[in-house]
Amino acid sequence: MIENPLGRLIIRLYVVIFFAYLFVPLVIMGGAALNDTKFPSVFPWVGFTGRWFVDLWYDERMWTSARNTVLVALAVVAISLPIGTAAAILINNLGGRVRSFLYGVMVAPILTPGIVIGISTLLFWNEIGVPAGLHLSTLGQCSFIIAYVMLLVLARLQSFDPGLEEAALDLGASNLQVMRRIVLPYLYPAIGAAAVIAFFQSVENYNITLFTRGTYDTLTVYVGSKIRSGITPTMNALALILIVLTVLGAVFYEVSRRRAERQARQESSERQALELIAQRTGEITA
Amino acid sequence: MILVTLPYFLMFEFSLHPYLTVDKIGGPEDAYTLKNYVTLFNNTIHFGVFLRTILASAFVTLLCLVLCYPMAFFLAKIVAPKNAATLFLLLLIPFWVNEILRSFAWFIILSYQGPLNAALVGIGLIERPIRWLTGPNGVIVGLVYTYLLFMLLPIYNSIQSLDSNQIEAAEDLGSPLWRTHWRVVMPHAKPGIASGCVMVFMLSAGSIIVPSLLGSPGTRWFTEIIQQWFFEGQDWNQGSAYAFLLLIMCTGFVMLMMRLLRVRLADIAK
Repeated sequence: MIENPLGRLIIRLYVVIFFAYLFVPLVIMGGAALNDTKFPSVFPWVGFTGRWFVDLWYDERMWTSARNTVLVALAVVAISLPIGTAAAILINNLGGRVRSFLYGVMVAPILTPGIVIGISTLLFWNEIGVPAGLHLSTLGQCSFIIAYVMLLVLARLQSFDPGLEEAALDLGASNLQVMRRIVLPYLYPAIGAAAVIAFFQSVENYNITLFTRGTYDTLTVYVGSKIRSGITPTMNALALILIVLTVLGAVFYEVSRRRAERQARQESSERQALELIAQRTGEITA
Repeated sequence: MILVTLPYFLMFEFSLHPYLTVDKIGGPEDAYTLKNYVTLFNNTIHFGVFLRTILASAFVTLLCLVLCYPMAFFLAKIVAPKNAATLFLLLLIPFWVNEILRSFAWFIILSYQGPLNAALVGIGLIERPIRWLTGPNGVIVGLVYTYLLFMLLPIYNSIQSLDSNQIEAAEDLGSPLWRTHWRVVMPHAKPGIASGCVMVFMLSAGSIIVPSLLGSPGTRWFTEIIQQWFFEGQDWNQGSAYAFLLLIMCTGFVMLMMRLLRVRLADIAK
């Protein structure tokens, strides 16, 4: 598409700078976790140490908040998957005004600042007499995560052939059977992806959780308060652990993807060879 | 299908609640007044912060757009699809790391005795270290870094669906590079650009932790004031009035983008 070498060079350079911009901060942050200074930095380099990891390990508050985070995230996944999927199926079957109205309502939380969702959740439940706490954080996070789930499932539903559904109904399946045997299996990949995204969106969330958490800590809130008050390299240690986990996950994913690709290619070439043989034998016998 | 409606209505209730409530609590419940809203416009400091938040967020959005557009085009059309998947994975890595920790990384880099100053002094570009974290620089750098991906992904998606033949046709007909982009690629990528802009603007205007970490007392963010009303002032009504204004501002921005680029809500929320 870009023929002249100068153009190619510029775009290559741009991509390299872009990636450097993304990764250098992470490297510096990770490096600071290993530096033996009170204030996290890589410069000046004082000496290699592992003591920030030890500090982190003995931090009680970190463990409770990590546990809370996982609990909330699991609850969010459990609530938002069925509701989001149901909403997607419903919207897919509607038409006209009703559809666009419902769609707008569903999508609105994505386009709303988290702080507004957090505050309104807090105020609403406070009015009914439900105090703030992790359950409110869960509900607040659900309100926008459901929208993500819905969008993902909806995207997959759009390529669904309604003929399948009709065929099953004609053959005497009940609505429930159609749902369980035909529609849901088709949606499983999207639902799986949605579950992963819902989980990590929940873990990442700060704004909503900050207002609805009551006296509980989640990992993000804990990190936030740590960073604002006394800055110590223990946070860098935590960051480095997260980065390493992410990179490992990415490498694992990439390796398995490549293997699947290679396998698929191998299979198809084997099939081609077989077909060729069959064809030749056909020719010979003829 | 009827079975499905039940949980759906639950959810419908659910997502409506936040909006209704903010509406309701706009003024103090008992004696509906606009007093809380007037406070903002009378308080010049708060109003200044409000305006500055809008301007800075718009600037962040623009910066993200300029940075991401070439990258999105590169990923969608230039690089081989097989490598694109790997590059994508690389792109995603920083974004699995927590938002707070990412802005913390910039806090370390930009601090007075941090690596950036050391490097710049080292190569002799500047004589004395610069205080990066005064003024809005820090916040803007942090926000751009944090929300870059929300611009990149939608633009990438929309460019990818463009038929490469159209670009080649434009080039064969002698269109220079910039015009190909302006007349062929950009119009096609419009929904993606709109959705990226909306996301980045909304996220930066609503961000709490990035400005509070990378900002200085002179550059407070509107969300920080809201937070102050809630946790330090204990004046929830005042806080909700401010939050509601933030909501109006963001909705206004969504409307503006839809009007400006002539796209529908369904296109934006992809």
